Amino acid sequence: MEVHERRCAITGIGQSDVGRPLDRDPLALTADACLAAIADAGLSREELDGVATYPGQMLGGTAPGFSGAGVTEVQEMLRLDLNWWNGGPETSGQLGSVITACAAVAAGLARHVLCFRTVYEATAQGGGRRKGIGVGAGTGGKVPRFGGDMQWRLPYGAASAACWIAMFAQRHFHEYGTTREQMAWIALNDRRNAARNPLAIYREPLTLSDYLGVRMISTPFCLYDCDVPVDGSTAIIVSHVDAAKDCRKKPLHVEAVGSALHGRPSWDQFDDLTTMALRDAAAMLWERTDFKPEDVDVAELYDGFSFIAMAWLEALGFCGKGESGPFIEGGARIALDGEIPLNTNGGQLSAGRLHGYGFLHEACLQLWGEGGQRQVPNDPKVAVAAAGGGPLGGCLLLTRS
Amino acid sequence: MSEKPFRLLPQLTPENWHYWTAGARGELCFLRCQACKRFVHPPMPICGACLGRELLPAASSGRARLLTYTVNHHPWVPGFDPPYIIAIVALEEQPDLRITTNLVNCPQERIQIGMAVRACFEEREDGIFLPLFEPAEA
Repeated sequence: MEVHERRCAITGIGQSDVGRPLDRDPLALTADACLAAIADAGLSREELDGVATYPGQMLGGTAPGFSGAGVTEVQEMLRLDLNWWNGGPETSGQLGSVITACAAVAAGLARHVLCFRTVYEATAQGGGRRKGIGVGAGTGGKVPRFGGDMQWRLPYGAASAACWIAMFAQRHFHEYGTTREQMAWIALNDRRNAARNPLAIYREPLTLSDYLGVRMISTPFCLYDCDVPVDGSTAIIVSHVDAAKDCRKKPLHVEAVGSALHGRPSWDQFDDLTTMALRDAAAMLWERTDFKPEDVDVAELYDGFSFIAMAWLEALGFCGKGESGPFIEGGARIALDGEIPLNTNGGQLSAGRLHGYGFLHEACLQLWGEGGQRQVPNDPKVAVAAAGGGPLGGCLLLTRS
Repeated sequence: MSEKPFRLLPQLTPENWHYWTAGARGELCFLRCQACKRFVHPPMPICGACLGRELLPAASSGRARLLTYTVNHHPWVPGFDPPYIIAIVALEEQPDLRITTNLVNCPQERIQIGMAVRACFEEREDGIFLPLFEPAEA
């Protein structure tokens, strides 16, 4: 099998300030991230000929602050001449946009693709709690009716992914005996790493007792199982390996990607609720490479809700199916100096919901040895970045030669 | 539940009305493929199992098994106050058909994954009868 994504490399990364809230124009945050990535790669904007993003402009509307910029805004802002561009929410998770960029580069449609993701959920929510859905009922306000996929969940108060994914976690608890004391280690490990990341949102120590004592959101998820909405933007440049030679840094090779979704694309009809679609994306990645899970030096796995990172650990084969609970318990295996260092910047639970792109950014940072106080020891050369949950999942395996 | 809580409601369409209104007859109703006799849910214009093109609404047993659940404590929808139990149930005669719903008339300590549940209905405006589920044995 010819693995076409191996014609691609990551040549630069950039990130804006991340905060809650920053009260800045999300397009300005996007500018900060994009210009930083372009400078990191040692490119000029004239050399960029592709742009990709997730989810881009959401004309049908979405949660406030979910999408801070679209492709055309970035093209106009940077005055880019593009041969290829793409943005949209219908892809294999947030990193589906990067995988699509790899496909475009491998196909020769572009040489250097600027990929970005911008959120401003902290500002959009007014710094306080998000307004509930249906606000205005009983005060003369008109309550919208819901069609499409949400009609099956909203009448039951299942308004958040927290509820949907909590049910997947509960099923995992039931089938495999997983416990909250085990699941806690995603949050505790994140916080331990965030203490070493000056840019993380929450850095104060978090104990198992804190975790078990905090309020429940949707069982078995407590507050610390749910990530923190922030303002921020992340940019990643995908280049053709031939063009990458001219870049400032040693290119990070895309060894393989996973974008598969083999079951029903649904939050409740999917055959195995405990694996979600991550199962198929991860299996596809390993089918496209001779590397094995034990070759991976650092794993940056989506933890928008803690359980999702456990499901990625299992899907990617870092532990057996159903075994993620005992695997992470105590936190030694997933620590910075453990057998598979996990979410080294604090993940979305402690460093903020940069929505998938933060994991890829951190994977690159670690492979370039730029992790500072949180740098994984022993010169990591292979990293996996994965994002998405439920029917959304995509992953990339990166190597530094 | 003495007084009905506020709920967000579905937009009735020709494609979904059978599901949201059949509770008036006490029925849990789905589209059914006339070729392979399987239920198709959520509603689709053709059968995903056999690609049959003739689908008609039909009553199911209304019986199901609890596949998983969550006790939600966060107030996502003002007027629909927590705590409440959200569940995914699997239809008894076709377990790959799932329904996201509320488990009602069931104290939290009685919840057991795998337990038998049955449909009951909450009447709302515009002829909507929301399918809810309760323990099959009182």
